[in-house]
Amino acid sequence: MTATAQKNIRNFSIVAHIDHGKSTLADRLIQITGGLTEREMTDQVLDSMDIERERGITIKAQTVRLSYKAQDGETYILNLIDTPGHVDFAYEVNRSLAAVEGSLLVVDASQGVEAQTLANVYQAIDNNHDIVPVLNKIDLPAAEPEKVKAQIEDVIGLDASNAIGISAKTGLNVDQVLEAIVTRLPPPMGDRAAPLKALLVDSWYDTYLGVVVLVRIIDGVLKKGQRIKMLGSGAVNDVDRVGVFTPKMVAMAELGPGEIGFLTGSIKEVADTRVGDTITEEKRPCADMLPGFKPAQPVVFCGLFPVDAAQFEDLRAAMGKLRLNDASFSYEMETSAALGFGFRCGFLGLLHLEIIQERLEREFNLDLIATAPSVIYEIQMTDNSVIDLHNPADMPDVVKIEEIREPWIRATILTPDEYLGSVLKLCQDRRGNQIELTYVGARAMVTYDLPLNEVVFDFYDRLKSISKGYASFDYQITEYRAGDLVKMSILVNSEPVDALSMLVHRARADARGRVMCEKLKDLIPQHLFNIPIQAAIGAKIIARETIKALRKDVTAKCYGGDISRKRKLLDKQKEGKKKMRQFGKVEIPQEAFIAALKMDE
Amino acid sequence: MRPQLVETELGNSRVQAGEGASPVPDPAGFGVYVHWPFCKAKCPYCDFNSHVRHAPPDEARFIAAFRREIAHMRALSGPKQAQTVFFGGGTPSLMAPATVGAILEAIDAAWPLTADAEVTLEANPTSVEAERFAGYGAAGVNRVSLGVQALDDADLQGLGRMHSVAEALAAVAIARRAFGRVSFDLIYARPRQTPEQWAAELKRALAEGCEHLSLYQLTIEPGTPFERLYGAGKLILPDDDISRALWDVTQEVTAQAGLPAYEVSNHARPGAEARHNQIYWRYGTYAGIGAGAHGRLVVDGTRRALFTERAPEDWLARVEAHGHGIVSDEALSAAEQADEMLLMGLRLKEGVDLARHARLGGRVDEARIAALAAAGFVTRTGDRLAVTPAGFPVLNAVIAQLAQ
Repeated sequence: MTATAQKNIRNFSIVAHIDHGKSTLADRLIQITGGLTEREMTDQVLDSMDIERERGITIKAQTVRLSYKAQDGETYILNLIDTPGHVDFAYEVNRSLAAVEGSLLVVDASQGVEAQTLANVYQAIDNNHDIVPVLNKIDLPAAEPEKVKAQIEDVIGLDASNAIGISAKTGLNVDQVLEAIVTRLPPPMGDRAAPLKALLVDSWYDTYLGVVVLVRIIDGVLKKGQRIKMLGSGAVNDVDRVGVFTPKMVAMAELGPGEIGFLTGSIKEVADTRVGDTITEEKRPCADMLPGFKPAQPVVFCGLFPVDAAQFEDLRAAMGKLRLNDASFSYEMETSAALGFGFRCGFLGLLHLEIIQERLEREFNLDLIATAPSVIYEIQMTDNSVIDLHNPADMPDVVKIEEIREPWIRATILTPDEYLGSVLKLCQDRRGNQIELTYVGARAMVTYDLPLNEVVFDFYDRLKSISKGYASFDYQITEYRAGDLVKMSILVNSEPVDALSMLVHRARADARGRVMCEKLKDLIPQHLFNIPIQAAIGAKIIARETIKALRKDVTAKCYGGDISRKRKLLDKQKEGKKKMRQFGKVEIPQEAFIAALKMDE
Repeated sequence: MRPQLVETELGNSRVQAGEGASPVPDPAGFGVYVHWPFCKAKCPYCDFNSHVRHAPPDEARFIAAFRREIAHMRALSGPKQAQTVFFGGGTPSLMAPATVGAILEAIDAAWPLTADAEVTLEANPTSVEAERFAGYGAAGVNRVSLGVQALDDADLQGLGRMHSVAEALAAVAIARRAFGRVSFDLIYARPRQTPEQWAAELKRALAEGCEHLSLYQLTIEPGTPFERLYGAGKLILPDDDISRALWDVTQEVTAQAGLPAYEVSNHARPGAEARHNQIYWRYGTYAGIGAGAHGRLVVDGTRRALFTERAPEDWLARVEAHGHGIVSDEALSAAEQADEMLLMGLRLKEGVDLARHARLGGRVDEARIAALAAAGFVTRTGDRLAVTPAGFPVLNAVIAQLAQ
């Protein structure tokens, strides 16, 4: 392949809410332009990780270069960047959007605009995108394209009169989308003669090639053999290979202005490449950095411990491998009196946490105990120093604390009217302050300020359950505010279990403690003795339950024919015990740690 | 003729280097279990290997098959004397006395019965079967275990039994004349049963004057009609507190009557314990003959777990083709043997010998034993570990604590 005339390049991304058909449309575009043969097409080509396919989400940005012969007879190169759709990866989304000139706004013609659609489309508008509205699933009986068009105009403020109605699934009108990309989106600007200036869009680790860096060339030319410099990190590397994704990796001689592709070179770790950084040539650098660069900031923390203490080293190795591919995930060793050796890990958000945990369990075959997710608290000490508290177990002595500040978010929730009451109650219960309540067609849009620590565990699950899955949610972190926060400890058989301690708002402590004790009562199996479960703030017990001692548990019949079966049962019990943690005399099942924190309200 | 094998439990120590103890004779004896896999009807609580057939089975064909399988097991076990024989089922009292006699003859030829051998037959307490009791006695049976199950006609019906209380008690009386030793089974912790009702029923049972009683709490077994009823909420069992109260009253009433528990569910006048079952609990060796029978034999120094085909017709076909119906033959590891010994031995009031457990390759956590002893669930006297009256009703949890 050769470099393409700039006027025949179109770079675009697809903005959509989860399930609205983004990946299906991407697949269809690839198929129609012949990027892959029928045989090579698997469902959702761009979501290459198992977890991405199963959850229908995109975690890493991916790109594909399509060759399209338009009705004007010319052949165009269309570069699609598929962005992560979830709020946890908002910064990555923003950088991906910065790499292209236009977006397809895909909205499900029966579901309408969702909170996530809004968040992402505003980012696209902020990045000066030209936007082509696309209504997907118009072949479904429930489709209401006119209503959804009106919604796009009312809520987002985009002209939807020439929105394209399609079915990504059947391929209906997808050719019109291709044509619109060519006629309605602008070609990239950029000066081929200028010094190299490229945006680092994303990067990942490939077993064979090492670190692969996804780049968008702004000015100049990127070639094999160049020595490049990253302006943000200062790192200098030699380029071994440049190329594009079709979506297969195809080597190219060079990448010119407006092109999107990859480079590989002497880069050791993904952590050495920062999303949003500016890449230039060392001997002829560009004058200034691209705007908007910032390092990844973990916002949610939790402890991950191996169920089997012998797996600690395996866990360490697995985390090292995951980190190779995901620099936004951080970990450091932690010792828990209750759980032994493990790691305190930082994540971009809850989904990110779940994904990492799932990958560790699935790809590395580890059994893990996750402790209560926590946010970062700012502790203002009486001596005027400030401590960032990632772990409730590290809470300093209360007499030395002046005040505790916690992160707040601004949340946008869209919900059908009938669930509005429940949604508002949920937000109020979680210490929310209502900022705005408006209507988007038949649906309510509420904006709330909420403390992140009330959202971090199960807010999203609760929201989905009270709205039967119809409410959508998005948020951004706004500020730190002082709060009346206390450390609540949980005592099992009179011994504190550090992995279950948490910071809670004083007004919420009693209710939280009560629910935790009730849950643990159900989660911890009966023992041969009574087990008191208590929640405490300092020395004050605020809630208590008792697990009654086992009264009757004996097999009535056991003769010569029963031995093998009973032995196998005992083996199973032993296996089960390995999934328990011993706290003093009490055995607690691993799932209890997370399950105890879920609030059923 | 094979060379005479010394029965050892340390067979596995040959494989396990470093355990240089010398072979120890099996301290728990050898018995033969014979399975008769047919019943007139399936009881809704029972998950045993029993089958209902419209036509009566060809007993002559079964006798021939039993003879062949006995010979095969004899070749595996090497020469030994049988201290006990147990006819279980199914319903062995459906067999003709002559069939029982022919099987006993074959067993005696393979493993000569000791002079005081205990020969037990399980029987249903119906009048039809009681008519055969004298015949079984003449064939060599000297102990009978009757499935009375309840002394309440409505409950007998609920349990799917085909006899009445009166019929069952008449059968007990006939059995006591025909056999030296009689035991019968009762099932308690039945739906709606109160400790007071059960105490009265149990006293009535004890008044029959038998030397031995097996008293089982009703258990929901997987795959049974009772499991489906229970799952559908149509069968309500006593909760743990009532179940415990029923247990406690059982221990109290039987002890007062001179038939204390010597095993979880078995009560006997001292000296009248079921010797065959003691072989299982003391982790001895036994040959299992017939469809779906389990055996534990020491073969060439290794303890093996043997299991035969469950379906009667398939078992017959296999024996006729290969001389045996074994479908599973597994060498038990040291850890498995140790677990089995603990699992079975702790059911007995006498407990287990930890030195023997260690010779099998078992390990116990002394700290756990000490904690359980301190809490009153077990006692430790030298090498003997035994469960206390407080420990028995929660034995499964105690064993789970002890097993490593």
